[in-house]
Formats: sequence, C-alpha cells, structure tokens
Amino acid sequence: MLLKVDDVRKTYARTRPVLNGVSLALDTGQTLALTGESGSGKSTLLNLVGALDGFEGGEITLDGTKLSGLGDAGRAVLRRDTVSLVFQQFNLIPSLTVAGNLSFHARLAGRDDPAWTATLTQRLGLADLLERYPENLSGGQQQRVAIGRAMAMRPRLLLADEPTGNLDETASAVVLDLMLSLVAETGAALLLVTHSQDIAARLDRQARLVGGRIA
Amino acid sequence: MTGPVLQALLSHWRTHRLQVVTLLVGIALATGLWSAVQAINAEARASYARASQQLGLGQFEELRARSGFIALSRYVDLRRAGWQVAAVLDGRLYVGNRAVRVLGVDMLAYPALPALTETAPDQAPQDPAQMLTAPGRLVVAPALARLLQDRDDLPPRIPSDAIPADVILTDIGVAEVLLDRQGQISRLIVLPQQPIGRPPLDKIAPELVRHSPDRQVDTARLADSFHLNLSAFGLLAFAVGLFIVHGTVGLAFAQRRGMIRTLRAMGVPMRRLVWITLAELTAFALAGGLIGLVLGYLIAGALLPDVAVTLRGLYGAPVEGHLTLRPLWALTGIGMALAGTLGASGHALWRLSRMPLLSGPGLRAWGGNARARSMAAAAGVILILGGIASFAGTKGLIAGFGLLAAILTGAALLLPLVLSWVLSALSRRARHPVTQWVWADMQAQLPGLSLALMALLLALAANIGVGTMVSSFRLTFTGWLDQRLTSELYVTPTSQDQGAQMMEWLGPRADAVLPIRSTELPHRTGPLFLYGIVDDATYRNKWPLIASGPDVWDRVHAGRAVLINEQLARRADLWPGDSLTLSGDHDLPIAGVYSDYGNPTGQAIVSMQRLDQIAPGTPTRRIGVRIDPAQAANLSRDLQDRFELPPGAVVHLSTMKAQSLAIFDQTFVVTSALNVLTLGVAGFAILTSLLTLWTQRLPQVAPLWGLGLTRSHIAGLEVLRSVLLATLTAALALPLGLVLAWLLLNVINVRAFGWSIPMTVFPADWLRLLVLTVLAAGAAAAIPAWRLRRLPPADLLRVFASER
Repeated sequence: MLLKVDDVRKTYARTRPVLNGVSLALDTGQTLALTGESGSGKSTLLNLVGALDGFEGGEITLDGTKLSGLGDAGRAVLRRDTVSLVFQQFNLIPSLTVAGNLSFHARLAGRDDPAWTATLTQRLGLADLLERYPENLSGGQQQRVAIGRAMAMRPRLLLADEPTGNLDETASAVVLDLMLSLVAETGAALLLVTHSQDIAARLDRQARLVGGRIA
Repeated sequence: MTGPVLQALLSHWRTHRLQVVTLLVGIALATGLWSAVQAINAEARASYARASQQLGLGQFEELRARSGFIALSRYVDLRRAGWQVAAVLDGRLYVGNRAVRVLGVDMLAYPALPALTETAPDQAPQDPAQMLTAPGRLVVAPALARLLQDRDDLPPRIPSDAIPADVILTDIGVAEVLLDRQGQISRLIVLPQQPIGRPPLDKIAPELVRHSPDRQVDTARLADSFHLNLSAFGLLAFAVGLFIVHGTVGLAFAQRRGMIRTLRAMGVPMRRLVWITLAELTAFALAGGLIGLVLGYLIAGALLPDVAVTLRGLYGAPVEGHLTLRPLWALTGIGMALAGTLGASGHALWRLSRMPLLSGPGLRAWGGNARARSMAAAAGVILILGGIASFAGTKGLIAGFGLLAAILTGAALLLPLVLSWVLSALSRRARHPVTQWVWADMQAQLPGLSLALMALLLALAANIGVGTMVSSFRLTFTGWLDQRLTSELYVTPTSQDQGAQMMEWLGPRADAVLPIRSTELPHRTGPLFLYGIVDDATYRNKWPLIASGPDVWDRVHAGRAVLINEQLARRADLWPGDSLTLSGDHDLPIAGVYSDYGNPTGQAIVSMQRLDQIAPGTPTRRIGVRIDPAQAANLSRDLQDRFELPPGAVVHLSTMKAQSLAIFDQTFVVTSALNVLTLGVAGFAILTSLLTLWTQRLPQVAPLWGLGLTRSHIAGLEVLRSVLLATLTAALALPLGLVLAWLLLNVINVRAFGWSIPMTVFPADWLRLLVLTVLAAGAAAAIPAWRLRRLPPADLLRVFASER
C-alpha cells in the first residue's frame, strides 16, 4: 500500500479536534477524491499526508515510511522525493521563470529528465510561456505550470488541494483533464481535495469528511 | 470626514508597529548625526566669536610692519602726531608642553576689552593700577589659572570666565617680559575715532601697512575648512538616515494602497488624503526630529572635547569643551527633520496622489521595476557627469564637495542596475536549482533592498575613502616627521640671553647646534611665518622638499633664495622659479617648496643672515641639538641643571614625535566616530529593510518548503542572501571608496588645507571592513531568519490555503 492513514487525530491550539480518528488507504495508480464541508478537515488531512504538518495521534505510512517518527529533515526529504503538491494558490516561485519553475522540483529530487519536461511543456501548452515570470501569467496558466512542476519529478503520490478552485469552468476542465491523464500515464496515486461533486465523480473513489471523520 | 479617514489611515501603524519604530529611528538617526555636527560647529564658532568680542580682535583696523614687528619708538611717533592707536604684543608661551597665547595690550589705549571689564568684582585687582605696575597681573581662564598655580616666576593671576581658554591677557609691559621681546610691538590697533588733520601714515611710518578688519585672517576663517569637512560628514550621515525613511514610507504607502482605494471608492477626495498623509508625515518628522535632537546633543557632548583639543592644537582656536543648548540649533534640527522626511517621502506621496482608483501596480512594484532602475541609473550618470563638469568650471572647495556628493549619489543610483547585471550573470552560471533560485531571488528582492544597499554603499565607500585618506595621511605624516624632526633634542630658552649662552655652552658638547628663529610677516594670503636656519647637513639631507630648482640649499644659505611651504605655494600659486616678496626690499626667488602638514598658515625659510636683515633682532625661540642618541638623555639632564630650565623646556625627539602623532590622531577622532556611526546607520537600514520585507517573504519561501527544503535550510539561505548582497555591495564600494579617497587627498585637502598627500592603499583595512560588513549583514538577516526557522508549519500552510 502506497498510503495508509490510520486513526489520525489533529488538533490546533484551543480549538476542537480538526481530525478525530481518520483512516483511509490509497495504492499506486489509484485516485481518491476527498470531499466535505468547509472546515471539515480536508486540507488538514492533505497537509498531514504531504508531510507538511505534524499530528498528535494515529499513524500515516507513506511508501513504507511512518510519518509520526519523522523530524523536520525527514519530512522535507519525503516532500522532495515522494510527493508532489498542487494547491489552489498555485504557489509558484515568483523569482523563477516558467522554465525554472517547471524543472525545479525534479532537479531538487535529482530526477531531472529534460525530455519528459519538454513533453509536459507541450502537453500543458506552456511552450510559448517558458521565459515568462509567474506574475505575468493568468490563473489557468499558473495552475498548468504548477501541475507541470509536480509531474516533472514523477511523484509516487500527487496531492492536490482545490486545484481548480481559482479557475473558471473551461480552465477547470482543461486543468483536471491534464492532471488525470498525466497521473494515469505515470502511474502515480492522486489524492484530491474538492468541493465539487462533478470533479469528485471523475476519480476512482470518494471519501467524505464530516466532523473530522470519514463518513 | 477627516476624523474617520485619519482613524482608518492611522490603523495601519497600529498593525505595523515595527514600521513606526523604523521610521522614527530613521528620522532620529538622520537628524541626530546632522545636529551633532552642527552643535559642534556652532559651539566652536560661538567660541571664536566670543574670543574675538572679549578681546576686541578683528574689529578694528590695524597697522603692521612688513619686517614683522614695530619698534616702540614708532608707536611714540604716531601717538605724538595725533594718531589714536593702541599697541599689542602677541606671542606664545609654553606652559609645559602646552602653547598659550600671550596677548599684551596697552591697557590705557586699547579700545574694547570686555574680558577685563566683565571680570567678577571679587576677582578684579583692588587697585586697577596693579595691572600696569610691576609685576602686573595675568588675566586667565580659571582652568589655565589652575595650571599656572605653581609658576611662581609669573605675575599674580586673575581668573576670569570671560577670557578664552589658552589665552593670557595682560599689559604690554608685562607681556614684553614674559615673551622676552622688549621694545617690540606686534601690531597697532587704529581706534575708530581719529582727530581731523593728523599727518598721513606714510609721512610718519612709511614701513607700516594698514589692514582692514576683513583682511585680518582670524581663527574662524582658518578653521572654516575643518568645519566644512565636519558638515560634509554630517550631511552624508543625514542622507544615509533618510534612505531608511524613504524605504519605510514607500513600503507603508504601498501597503495602504488597498485601503486608500477603498476610501476613495467611498468618496474621500484624493486631495484630502494627500493632506492627511502630509500631516501624518509631519507628525512623524516632529517626533523623530525631537528624538534626533536629544541624540545629537548627546553625541555632540561626547565628541566636543576631542574636537576642542583638535582645534586648539591645529589652529590655536579657543574652543571650550562644554556644549550649550541653542534654540536656533534646535529649530534648525527640527527643520532638517521636516525637510528630510518630506523630501524622502516626496516620491511615495507623488505616486500616491496619482494612483488610479481601480487599478495600479501591486505591492511588489513598491520598490520600482526594471524601467525605474534604468532611469535611476541614467540619473546617476547625469549627476556624476554634471558634478565633474561643475568642478571643472570652478575648481573651488565647495565645487569639490559638490563633485564628491555627485559621485557618491550618482554611484548609489547606479547600484541597483549594476547589482542586477552581476546577479543575472551569476544566475546564468549557476547549475544547482537552489543556487539558481538564490541568485534569481536576490534579483527579485533588489527593488525592496536597493535603498538599504545604497545606504550601505555610501557608508562603506565613505569608510574606505576616509580610512584610506587618514591612513595615507598618517603614513606620510610619520615619514614627514622623520624628515622634519631631525634633532635629538629641542630646547626652549627662557630668554634671548639664555639662548645665546646655551648656544655657546652646547657648541663643544653637541654634533650640531641648530638655532630656530622666526617672525610673523603680513602676506596677501594671510599671516606668513618666516624662519631662519643655519647651514647644516641635517637640512640638506632630510628636509622634505616636494618641488625644487637647481642648487636649492646653496642658494638658500647664500641668502639668494627662499623655501616656502606647500600651503603658501598653493594659496599664492608660487613655485620654484617665481619670487616671494617678504618686505619692500626683500624680493627673493623661490628655490623650493616643502611639505608642512598640520600647519594652516603660510611659512617660508631663509638663511639666518637673511632673516637678520629682514627682521633684525629676532630672538632664538628654539634650539635643535644634534647628538648621538645614546648621549641625548645625559645632555638633556646637564642642560636642565646648568640653566635651571623648567620642565618641558627640553624635549626629546621621541617625545616630540609622540606628541605630534597624538595631535594627529586626535584630529581624526571625530571623523572616525562619524564614520562608525554612519556605518551603523547603514547596518540598521539593512535590518529594517529585511524586517519590513519579511511580511512579503512568506509567499516566496513557502513553495520551497513545500518542495522539500527544511525551514533551517531556507533560514540559512536567507542569511546567505543578505551576506552575498552586502558582499557584492562592498565589492562595488571599494572602487568608489578609492575614488573618494583620491578626491579627498587631491581635491578637498588641497583646497581646504593647502596640502596634498600621496595615496597609499591598505588592503588589510578593506578586509577588516568586509568582515565587519558580512557580520553586520549576517546579524541583520539573523532576526528574520530566526523567525523563519521558528515559524510553525501552520503559518506556512496559510500561504497555500490563501488565508493570509
């Protein structure tokens, strides 16, 4: 099993628990949509799986590594080598060009493959934008760069948090199509957080979070 | 309407308290350093004015003799002919190693002596006649009175607060005895009221020359260059402080764009917003200015004693070491704070007033873009070329400072573009993604940091420039002392007779006895001190000539030529081959020019015989004694025993050199202090820029964290970024600093003091400065980096979640 979330609990200071015993599993090549109301803990769970944040109870096992025992450096290695993240806010590096952003994560992980990056560039329609900076791109273009960056390092697990939340309907459809086809081609697993039932319906499985638990 | 608008605008400062502190500190530092220098200058000038007023100096027309002194008989002739004149004998007396000015005046005829009339009743002599009759009285400042308390050989002292430090005021008859100059008068004061029908001057005393008050070179004028140098430094520190103000105001305005847009959308006119912002800035300027005044007063109080010692040592200027709070100084300081703040905020205010209601550049553009960078660089080039053209046209001291300011400001404006080029080049060569990011990120951060880096560039260049100047000067000065101070012992006889006896006594006991005689002559460039020397190999082998014609020493010793110092050569534009008129019938060709550092006045050297012809009876003031250094101490002891000399009358060569170097070092204490303070302000500018940029930093570094870099790694990169930018700036400051040093040595010094110095470079000093800069930049980046290192992941996650 690529990802196993087992009875995970997470509480932010002075608030009620955000996650209260969540469990789920995801294997290589599978896609899972995580849905739920605002504040149900979807993004929190995604952050925990992405080794971005720590948790108080339970265990998350990613590619055979238990996250609860990892320190800052161990988590960083996992983010660098195993998972890729696509967020609603794109989170590109503003000081690098599109070309610089696309290859950045792959080079960081030591898996830079110029031919694969070139393929992604073509598939994502970014060939004419390579020398531009993120601030000069539209939202849809920025999200395509973010997906390209994430896929360029051939992650075992792609985590996407409302990746189309800032895009219009047409751009959303294009971005989602691209993401799903690339995930399928590379054999990566996908955990996607969304509000949209339409988007969730296009993935292999769905899990709904209610009150910090999988309903 | 104004109330709610003001409340909304001020709410920004409540949530950005660091900006408030930065802004106030920037204004306070700028005002403080400027005000400190002005307080020092004002105190010194007030001391000069007080001394002139108390002693009646520089207020009346004077008669002077071309030969140096006026005979008593001539004074009598003039008085008998109806001329209302008062005699003055002016000279120096050594109290230990301290030179004290003795001002002997004709008490009955002297036109104005508030220093005497304002003496406290309990301190004044019971019978005024005691001032005039033997042994007379010496009016001195209380501090000098304490110094003289063991001198039983001197007349009784009357302490007076109205008398400047280092001055003895007494009757001319008493001064004659003190200075051993019987029957001599230095000058005659022409009283304002003169009888009609008195015979013309050339009929009674054709050898005397009239000097109007404006032609008399006074201390204030001699020390003007020193004060101008201090002012230039104060202005530099002021400019560096204003960089902080400019950067902070620019960022604060940019951060309030959204609020201002909302206020305008709600119907608040832009004009009203601009006025309110202006009022807000004025309030900041007043608060910062007041803090700056306190700071300036404290700095001035700390530096003034050193400046006073310097001015007394260099110019004999009567400056006291106490600071007085002057209302005009405070008002000027507040005025500078207001003008500086509004000037530094002008650009931001202008951009605000032209901001469109519905669109406009975002926060990232607050520091400027590539086009603004190019325009600033173009302005820098124009400024530098303008400065050069202006200096080429006038070549004066003010134009020299103008050139200096133009080059420094122009270079600062060029800095962002040059740094951008360098970073682009480095970025192209980088291979590792993180390295590439570091260079690219530094380039992206340039707009926000450029003002702080400009301030750093100016401070470093000033440090290198002034440091190179002082070190070059010291090296040259030390070498020059070795050339000028050649005798193993220097002896000051207490009287002319004793001098003659000493010469005779020393003859068989020393390798060479070199009497030193001098007299003061009037010259169109100011007072000229003429020295007479005997023919000795010491002079021929060691005298520091910087320009000379053929057979220099043969011609001088034969009485056929004169040597002049560099100051006189430059001021009067006289060089070997020209001739110098020493008095009506003594017109001598100039055989050579010698360096004469630390002396503000003109000086000339002739043979002893020629001096006796020009100024007969000039006493021997000092005797240089050449002897085997191993025997010097014994001879000194024998000499003191034989002639019962007071302490300090015999000075060893090493002591003389040490004293000279001590005076030299003291001269630059204030410069060094201002230098360090300016560098400190620049370091603070970097710190504040990094702290203010911190608010924008998270969205830039959070993606890297998301991609697998640890917070420690990113924090380390933050420190590295700051250090690299500071190092690059330091590398660019080096050539600028050397240009500055060259200008200071070859333009400013020549015009301000009349001497030039060969430039020597000191790479070890640069290395030390670089280490200091790296440490300062590292320390400045340490706080934001530490905050980043300790930042909870939840805060970084907010960037991804768009909750900021």
